[in-house]
Amino acid sequence: MSVLSLRGLRTNIGQYAVLHDVSIEVPEGGVFVLLGRNGAGKTTTLRSIMGLWAPSPGSVFFRGRDISGMHTADIARLGLAFVPENMGIFGGLTVAENMVLATRNGQFDKGRLGYVQTLFPALKKFWDARAGSLSGGQKQMLAVARAIIEPRELILVDEPTKGLAPAIVDAMADAFAEIGQSTTILLVEQNFQFARRLGRDMAVIEDGRIVHAGSMADFAADAELQGQLLGLSA
Amino acid sequence: MSMKPTYGSIGVKLVVLLIAAALLFAPFLFQDVRSIEVAARICIFIVLVASYDLLIGYTGIVSFAHTMFFGFGAYGAAILLKQMGPGWAPVVLGGLAGIALSLVIAVAIGLLSLRVKAIFFAMITLAAASVALVLASQLSHLTGGEDGITYSAPDLFKPATKLLVDAEGKVLKIAGVRMNGKIAAYYFVFLSSAVLFGLMLRLVGSPLGTVLKAIRENEARAEAIGYRVVAYRTFVFCISAVVASLAGTIYAVWLKYTGPETALSFDIMIDILLMVVIGGMGTMWGPVIGATLLVIAQYYLRDLMGAAAEAVSSVPLLPELLNPDRWLFWLGILFILLVYFFPKGIAGTAMEKGVRQ
Amino acid sequence: MKGFGMTRWIEKMGGVNLLPVAVMLVGFVLIGAPSSWVTLTVAGLAMGMMVFLMASGLSLVFGLMDVLNFGHSAFVSFGAFVAASVLAGLSGWLGAPSVLLNVAALALALAAALAFGLAAGLFFERVIIKPVYKDHLRQILITMGALIVSEQIILALWGGTPITVHRPAFLEGAWIIGDISIEIYRGFAFALGLVVFAGLYFTLNRTRLGLLIRAGVENREMVEALGFRIDRLFVGVFMLGSALAALGGAMWAGYLTLITPALGGEMMIVVFIVVIIGGLGSIEGTLLGALMVGLVSNYVGFLAPKLALASNMILMMAILMWRPSGLRPAVK
Repeated sequence: MSVLSLRGLRTNIGQYAVLHDVSIEVPEGGVFVLLGRNGAGKTTTLRSIMGLWAPSPGSVFFRGRDISGMHTADIARLGLAFVPENMGIFGGLTVAENMVLATRNGQFDKGRLGYVQTLFPALKKFWDARAGSLSGGQKQMLAVARAIIEPRELILVDEPTKGLAPAIVDAMADAFAEIGQSTTILLVEQNFQFARRLGRDMAVIEDGRIVHAGSMADFAADAELQGQLLGLSA
Repeated sequence: MSMKPTYGSIGVKLVVLLIAAALLFAPFLFQDVRSIEVAARICIFIVLVASYDLLIGYTGIVSFAHTMFFGFGAYGAAILLKQMGPGWAPVVLGGLAGIALSLVIAVAIGLLSLRVKAIFFAMITLAAASVALVLASQLSHLTGGEDGITYSAPDLFKPATKLLVDAEGKVLKIAGVRMNGKIAAYYFVFLSSAVLFGLMLRLVGSPLGTVLKAIRENEARAEAIGYRVVAYRTFVFCISAVVASLAGTIYAVWLKYTGPETALSFDIMIDILLMVVIGGMGTMWGPVIGATLLVIAQYYLRDLMGAAAEAVSSVPLLPELLNPDRWLFWLGILFILLVYFFPKGIAGTAMEKGVRQ
Repeated sequence: MKGFGMTRWIEKMGGVNLLPVAVMLVGFVLIGAPSSWVTLTVAGLAMGMMVFLMASGLSLVFGLMDVLNFGHSAFVSFGAFVAASVLAGLSGWLGAPSVLLNVAALALALAAALAFGLAAGLFFERVIIKPVYKDHLRQILITMGALIVSEQIILALWGGTPITVHRPAFLEGAWIIGDISIEIYRGFAFALGLVVFAGLYFTLNRTRLGLLIRAGVENREMVEALGFRIDRLFVGVFMLGSALAALGGAMWAGYLTLITPALGGEMMIVVFIVVIIGGLGSIEGTLLGALMVGLVSNYVGFLAPKLALASNMILMMAILMWRPSGLRPAVK
């Protein structure tokens, strides 16, 4: 069974309809990539899943349960984590405080913390620094680390490579590949090279509608389709 | 969407027309002193509330300093009329001084607070208005302090002035109304209010009005399209301040008295808020309806409440709340309910009704 | 680079936190007479602490939910009148030679104000504010409407004539040190404010609840996406803020000893100036703003009485031109 199903999701922001008809099935395990141009509705899709925008009733199912209309905090409690485009770091708090907030009861699981710190060694180094003083790449690591400090069922990640240096993008890709072993990830990307390294399944969103869905292997092999849907030159 | 006006909107405009006609013929329709007072107050408050609607209804920002600008205009004329004696020069000079002061302060407040956060604006205007009120009562050699200033209006408006005379040289009566200075004063108020209101109507119908609506609907988007939101808001704030100041000057000439109670007090600000919300924000017709209803209520509702308080005198607390002095209690509750359930007020709600196919 | 060195030194010594000290120094130079200066400074600090009580809730509430409550001063007024009524009812205890009875009367009066603030805050948040989250225009209008209604209720209950506030005997009088006299009540007000500030500071910086509040002030959505119901937390913060405002009002009533229903409206202006100066969303900023406003009001009230209220306005303008978001706003 799919971890997450979107069935005909529509979302209005103010009086503007941003999503018209988004239907995807995110299977258990691995990385599912949602591709699309700027303004196609990728971020809105993630925010609708988290309940940060109001999705149309009966359109978002998590493990078969309708979560559209639930409060964001209650959705998160089901085991969803969200890494927003702006990373959502609390700049005035320390790295340690950012991390401890992401735990349910304020206690770290020692083993889990060790695992996360091995994945992102920089965080250990700056553990007591103000998060606002971190570099862009370090902030992104903190945002991802926060999402996995406790085991989650599904992680929603919005454009994690935006504005990052190539070396850090590589490190990020390795980290996601590792996390994807144990957790399902729904990744929104514009950076196709990054996405193809990670994705198993994928879909393309265009103007608030899903226009293509399939396996990443097939899509990566079809240069014509890429050109047509993403405007990439072959 | 149909572009035809709704029946509701036709109705609202008919009501406004009716009010305008009643005000135009008020001296002939209601031949007692109190009614003329009420009619003149309605004229001035329509202008004052409409100028406030420019700001709150068309830009969505809340100012608590509108009475302050009204007061600047009133005190400008009052102080000069007192110092220079009755005449047109002090009215014009005082009015201009009020406008100048209003402009300077509006620009300062606008640039200082609209740049940061719109919410600062509400707080800063409130603080500025209270400082103006305190200054007015403390600079008593100029403003007369708490007692205010009493002075004479230009000669034309003196009750003894004969506008028209009959064959015997007495004041001519038309339909039982004496054509004296009092009539001249009323029509001075009516006409200048009508002109100011007409100018504001033109303004919101102009391209500027369209831009303002775009900003109100979606600030971020308007900014993205390239409108300089802060500049527009400061500009509208200035316009509304100038009109309020002019309304103050007119009121000062009509009343021949200016004091904190009539021109500066926070009670007037509350009246303006009630009128614009009850009438309907962002329509320009709303202020006409709101001002008319509330001014009439101010003059006549208190009598009714006094009677009601008598009737329930045996019930605890209720007589206290029905005391005529407590009428703001009921208006406050009405105000809250309106903002909850009919945020568009009477005019805005009515104008959506009765869509024609 | 002498100027640069100076700036560094100031930053190291506490930066904007030094401003109240700077105000005190300027006050000392302008006033000249040390005994008057001490009296005014104590009065200013006491007033600052009472205003801090009133303003801290408003600032936190705004920081956490972007809610600006124009009705906040109603809690101040109600706190003052509730405490005054309790003190009047217990006037036998107040005059009693037993300090214990004195303290009990005062504690009951303050507790009544606090309890009233908590209950009124709950009602206000649920009924008045909850329906208009995220809509600033209607928020301002509705809370202003609630303020009008509250003021009318106070007028109906307590009437418009001034009411005398009885103080407990042990807070009457002054400590005399040489030619300097310090009113005991002012010392008490200052100490109480300091205790509340310390409590708030500890809660915000050393507890998990405080961590959630600080994070929520910065980015409410993200805290919710981490699984916490900020809206429920907000009700608590709102109630606490209202209770502190009522406490501030109660203390202010004892300070004035003669109160009218206009008290809340007068303090609202001061409270707004304080939170704007301090920067919305941080209690450190609010404390800074409150102390500066308290000191400046008292100094100017002595040096040029007519300018007292305008001086706060000028102080606010000057600080806004220097720092458009206030002295120490919360990180957003």
